Amino acid sequence: MSAPGGWEAVVGLEVHCQLRTATKLFCGCRNAFGEPPNTLCCEVCTGQPGALPVLNREALALAVRAALALDGEVAGRSEFDRKNYFYCDLPKGYQITQLAHPFCPGARVELPSGEQVRLTRIHLEEDAGKAVHDRGARTLVDLNRAGVPLIEIVSEPDLAGADEAHAYLTELKAILQYAGVSDCDMEKGSLRCDVNVSVRRPGEPLRTKVELKNLNSFSNVKAAIEHEIARQVAAYEAGDPAGFPVQETRGWDDRARTSRPQRGKEDADDYRYFPEPDLPPVEVSAELVERQRGFVPELPAARRRRYVAAFGLSEYDAGVLTASRDVSDFFERAVQLAGEPKEVANWVTNDVLRLVADPDLPHADLGELPLRPGDVADLVRLVAARRVSKSAGRRVLRGVVERGARVEDVVRDLGLEQVDDADAIEAWCRAVLAERPDVVADVRAGKRKAVGALIGAVMQASGGSADPGRVRATLERLIDAGA
Amino acid sequence: MAQDEREQVERVARLARLELEPGEVERLAGSFERILEAFAGLRELDVGGLAPMTGPCERTDVLRADEPRPGLPPDELLRRAPERVDGFFGVPKTVRGAEDDG
Repeated sequence: MSAPGGWEAVVGLEVHCQLRTATKLFCGCRNAFGEPPNTLCCEVCTGQPGALPVLNREALALAVRAALALDGEVAGRSEFDRKNYFYCDLPKGYQITQLAHPFCPGARVELPSGEQVRLTRIHLEEDAGKAVHDRGARTLVDLNRAGVPLIEIVSEPDLAGADEAHAYLTELKAILQYAGVSDCDMEKGSLRCDVNVSVRRPGEPLRTKVELKNLNSFSNVKAAIEHEIARQVAAYEAGDPAGFPVQETRGWDDRARTSRPQRGKEDADDYRYFPEPDLPPVEVSAELVERQRGFVPELPAARRRRYVAAFGLSEYDAGVLTASRDVSDFFERAVQLAGEPKEVANWVTNDVLRLVADPDLPHADLGELPLRPGDVADLVRLVAARRVSKSAGRRVLRGVVERGARVEDVVRDLGLEQVDDADAIEAWCRAVLAERPDVVADVRAGKRKAVGALIGAVMQASGGSADPGRVRATLERLIDAGA
Repeated sequence: MAQDEREQVERVARLARLELEPGEVERLAGSFERILEAFAGLRELDVGGLAPMTGPCERTDVLRADEPRPGLPPDELLRRAPERVDGFFGVPKTVRGAEDDG
């Protein structure tokens, strides 16, 4: 598969995803990111004696919705357990999680390749606080995150390497975002990922697995898996059993592009789980399941298929358009307004996404961009009516974003209306021909393609407003006439 | 006292971050043995056909609405902190690396 030299990689992922609730899992403190430290805390989430947890109805509902979106079964009854360990970010000395009876005992994710990734389980648990180690002599603890609702999504070791793990994460994130259960923002920590990696010869039983942590972006996940596969293969190939991989947790160091052992302390994994005495079992009613099923929208895989079948888009474009729900919704709304799905797809995949990614613009995502689906629809109509050229259209969209104005205004203010005026076009053409006698000579010598360079120069001279078809015809007429 | 009993007590103490005084290991080993004996007795009961019980009360589905409620003022929360640093709890440097145990 993806490992070198006759080795096969076996990769499984544990993904933690914060649920988009207003409050924490077991108390009424707000679930929010970026607030001053220790301002979203109460007796329950800081583990004060005598405080008792009560489960958040919305967290359970969103968890059920996530399970349904991942094609999972929802257990009628589930239970909470205590996972005991000591760390400064865990004020109670235990985490409330689900071990023996998770609310979802199986689900799956279909990758764009058609590959099925089985999910072992999805369970509900509370997040820990945040420990900051790089600010001075002390470790600093902020408990705002303590008690935030998480679902942990555990995959079977079905992934054959770094690329498949990346594809799985991308799809999983898209599904969870579409379903509205989480914003899945890795930078804010609302999506986090641990990876288990082992390698083996094809047909062998599983060998020792290594857990990788500290993976704070999808590209880190990919790099860490590639590195770990190579590390394990090298260790086995060296042949010395003393150097073979051992079961351990390794932390990825992004700057050094390598991993180092973490913990490895004896007893570190002895969590002494026992049933949580402060919380009764949870019964998930058929009614709750059905209500949440109603909130699961058309998911990215279904949208991809529809874009290919109904709109005639390529698999690639359909994948780009559906990777996030806001882009996909934007695209569909523009198609509703303008028709012309292929044209709209071109504008969105090329120009709109370029504007979203433009580091010079102060917008992080499409939602923040002052660009509406109606703007793209207006532009598509203007281009179809030959009132604006495609190259001017690019400047129109940028103008809409930069000026916060509408398409018609930008076209007028920037003078981008396609010029049909034969005199104006001829004047631009004559000027360009006078500047480029070398190219004119090439064209006369039979290199008809060279005329493209002249068309480009005229379009530039016209600020993109000239009709390129007319420009070509005018240039060819003037050259042939020996002008 | 058998070596494995001593080790068991020491291990549980280590997991619970307890420092045992001399002589305590022996005393606790005796208590452990009595507790384990009691559980051994329970284990002999035939509970086939009984639903597992995780708590003494029969209620299920105790849920609350997802509505914010005021919590502790930060000053009150941090009043008993061993150390305060810019609104954080200050604790000895404890880099486990895997801070997100999830």
